[in-house]
Amino acid sequence: MSDSVISFRDASFSIGSRPIVRGVSLDVAAGETLVLLGRSGAGKTSVLRMVNGLVLPSSGEVIVNGKSTKEWDSVRLKRSIGYVIQESGLFPHYTVARNIGLVPWLEEWPEDRIRSRVSELLERVGLTDPSFGGRHPRELSGGQRQRVGVARALAAHPSILLLDEPFGALDPLTRSELQTEFLHWAEGKTALFVTHDVFEAMRVGKRIAVFDDGRLVFIGTPDEFLRSDQPLVQPLAKLVLNPGGPHA
Amino acid sequence: MREVLELAAEHLLLVIVSMLSACAIGLPLAIWISRRPVWRRWILRVVNVIQTVPSLALFGLLIPLPVMGGIGKRTAIVALVLYALLPIVRNTVTGILGVDAAVRESAQAMGMSPRQVLREVELPLAVRSILSGIHIATVTTIGTATIAAAIGGGGLGVLIFRGISTADSAQIASGAVAAAILALGADWGLQWIEERLSPR
Repeated sequence: MSDSVISFRDASFSIGSRPIVRGVSLDVAAGETLVLLGRSGAGKTSVLRMVNGLVLPSSGEVIVNGKSTKEWDSVRLKRSIGYVIQESGLFPHYTVARNIGLVPWLEEWPEDRIRSRVSELLERVGLTDPSFGGRHPRELSGGQRQRVGVARALAAHPSILLLDEPFGALDPLTRSELQTEFLHWAEGKTALFVTHDVFEAMRVGKRIAVFDDGRLVFIGTPDEFLRSDQPLVQPLAKLVLNPGGPHA
Repeated sequence: MREVLELAAEHLLLVIVSMLSACAIGLPLAIWISRRPVWRRWILRVVNVIQTVPSLALFGLLIPLPVMGGIGKRTAIVALVLYALLPIVRNTVTGILGVDAAVRESAQAMGMSPRQVLREVELPLAVRSILSGIHIATVTTIGTATIAAAIGGGGLGVLIFRGISTADSAQIASGAVAAAILALGADWGLQWIEERLSPR
């Protein structure tokens, strides 16, 4: 596929002699949200980290916007990609406004442009009270912190978003709210979204990729996911098809 | 009284020079080993061992050494610096390594250079731990510096040693009380600075 924004070509990653990601090949088209689903330790997070070069493939290649992550200037690559993690990873000693304006500040935007971008983003993620900008992360609820995390990721207009269980630590209602809003935030962006929650995967994913023990075992639309007879996918699909039913 | 004040000033100078040198060596060393696990283990071991040498013995052991040894202030300062290193290095390393992994990872993921991660994230978040290391080191150095008089380093120890050799307890007390006052003053002053510089 020539129009893919991210493509993995037989990419592997190991720590010492322990393989974490094994020979993954996949393409993500512009504007789509691909969900990475699987158990803890299946390698999803490492796949995500291979996209912005936090981790480089031990073998194979990861191509982002036409260039291998090994050829990209590592700082440039990271600043062009938005990144959201569980518990948000906000800087506790920065105010909300400084957290959100971080990448623009690193990119040396002029002061007033950063300021207007920050207030635009606060509005966008639903933190409309003007006092939010001056607060510190610990003065926010979990859901508000994740909103700030999303705003920070969107700040410098990245075309790619990486999200690692962004709503994992939230209560079900807040989580559901944020999932719905995510669909707007991610509009027009190419996104990789890691989760181990099947319902979340169905809700936000245009396609779903299932990982097991570092391998990509399935990739397809939510419909294909539900109909798959792949033995590693079926137990997951069953959770959606008969929720609450016996899934031993 | 006049002598006590002069010796106290000398004492303070000894402590200030030692602490500035200990910070100048200890802080960069700690930052450097916070990124190198193997070096970290060894260097922490060495500074730990230095700390276990009784102070009087350490002063004595330095005397025969060339350049940093001999009788006088220089040797005293070398010994005080060696003692002050442990709390400074250990607290700085602990502070930097104690920064939440998610925070460090997101700093890297936002495209901060290693230097920016250090300056913007790790050091500010470690500042409380670093300052408390300097605090502990300063207060103990004020006490240990009394022993410097044994090798001709001067300071309030002069009163104490002279008092011991002439069985003059008033003289011992004047040196000890003056050192205690300096230590308490430093304790309060540093506490005040810590509270102002630490992130809430």
